[in-house]
Amino acid sequence: MPSPSDRPPLVSRGFRGRRDNSPSDRVPPGQYVTEDFPVLSAGPTPHTPLEQWDFSIVGEVDELRSWTWEEFRALPSEDVTVDIHCVTKWSKLDTVWQGVSVDTLLDGVETAAEYVVQFCDGGYTTNVPLEDVTGGKAWVAFAYGGEPLEPEHGGPARMLVPHLYFWKSAKWVRGLRLESTDEPGFWEVNGYHNYGDPWREQRYWGD
Amino acid sequence: MARAAVLGRLTWLVAEVVDVVPETDGVKTIVFDVPGWPGHRAGQHVDVRLTAEDGYQAQRSYSIASAPDASRIELTVERLDDGEVSPYLTEELREGDQIELRGPVGGYFVWEPSQGGPLLLVAGGSGVVPLMAMLRARETAGSDAETRLLLSSRGWDDVIYRGELERLDGDGLTVVHTLTRTQPQSWTGYARRVDAEMLAEVGPDPTERPFVYVCGPTPFVEAVAEALVRLGHAPQNVKTERFGPTGG
Amino acid sequence: MDALMLDGNAIAGLLQEVFAVEMTTALGTCGGCGATNAVGATHVYRGAGIVMRCPHCKNALVTIVKDETRAWIGFPGVRTLQVTV
Repeated sequence: MPSPSDRPPLVSRGFRGRRDNSPSDRVPPGQYVTEDFPVLSAGPTPHTPLEQWDFSIVGEVDELRSWTWEEFRALPSEDVTVDIHCVTKWSKLDTVWQGVSVDTLLDGVETAAEYVVQFCDGGYTTNVPLEDVTGGKAWVAFAYGGEPLEPEHGGPARMLVPHLYFWKSAKWVRGLRLESTDEPGFWEVNGYHNYGDPWREQRYWGD
Repeated sequence: MARAAVLGRLTWLVAEVVDVVPETDGVKTIVFDVPGWPGHRAGQHVDVRLTAEDGYQAQRSYSIASAPDASRIELTVERLDDGEVSPYLTEELREGDQIELRGPVGGYFVWEPSQGGPLLLVAGGSGVVPLMAMLRARETAGSDAETRLLLSSRGWDDVIYRGELERLDGDGLTVVHTLTRTQPQSWTGYARRVDAEMLAEVGPDPTERPFVYVCGPTPFVEAVAEALVRLGHAPQNVKTERFGPTGG
Repeated sequence: MDALMLDGNAIAGLLQEVFAVEMTTALGTCGGCGATNAVGATHVYRGAGIVMRCPHCKNALVTIVKDETRAWIGFPGVRTLQVTV
């Protein structure tokens, strides 16, 4: 598709934008580091009361599992400091979270499934291979920066899968569905990449 | 209005600053010369694109404040403390600087003098900008459409276009202010957020089937639009434009 | 209602870039609840991409993902779209 203009973008004197783009081996290609924490959402913020909240492991597992908020918060949790990378080009370094490792949630679960669908309040889904959320690579996070996770950032709990673009870390997550076939989620069927590795700049479908 | 529907692909135009005019504390009007500007209708906006030397880009949308037949276009921009683009536009830009913009865009939130009235314009803060374009279009066209502007501002010194609104008041136009945070000593006007009671008092009555345009931050627009519909205004006569972060 | 939610007016330029016609006046019928709304009146959210939602039932009508040279437009929830030609 030809570009409507042959002229390269005009540089505006004195405009820098609010980012620190110091080159770093911690910043994937095409990303800019920000001090902010932009709030991006595909839909309205859900407000599920904690008394009604639960987290479930469902799908091709030997037994379904489910935790109420109290049960979930009683599980062993970890403090993790990770870099996060959004496909809209901002990266945020050294973000501090507290969450329950997915390994803890799947401990003892028997499955032949190779894929996971994260499902959420509001209907959002995203898919990841099972091996990308196990082995210490993913958490269900309930606190950010030492404070309970705010609703606009996915609270009470969201997925944290920092090695992939951040749309693969679903906000307002309510469970994981394990499957033997891959099921592309909300953004994967609408133009974004099925896997989403920021280091290979896998932003869009077909990249 | 149908003729304007097929406009073809937009291109980024170079806009040069010819003047920067302070309006209120933190709000400035920037006057641009835009070679190739195709003209616009009141209520439309532009997308502004800024590119840094290393190629980093930021894009935001701003309503066109000027009347349609002006040879230059004006944008009125409110500086947001945590903004990325508005501080640049309101504090850095000077005469001779250039930015890129594309437009005009938007055909839904538009008023043309040929539509006539009655008109009810309800603005929250900087939401007055596209409505001001409508009032300026109305004046330029010599329209006598019965028009009411209800403008919500934090305080008297926060009222954008205050002097011009005082000048335009009369001749079929009624300007009503509500000051939600601070009021001058002798203030006898509204001093609270826009609500159904205020809208009913300002009018016009829903039976007159006015064209209604509501613009401002999302919570303001939601509350006002809901109140208008509850008062009996037909939803299809109430057009809304929500202001907020438009970064893309 | 989210304070961050905007409406179809906010993406008028993006829509015109993609569809090459003025789109905020286009009328979309929701595949969820059947309501018909001008695109300018739909609710717009910015996530990884743009999501346009029905103001009545919040169903996702249209999604837009875009880079410099490609746009992917998804219609997960639009039954019909009426555009002036």
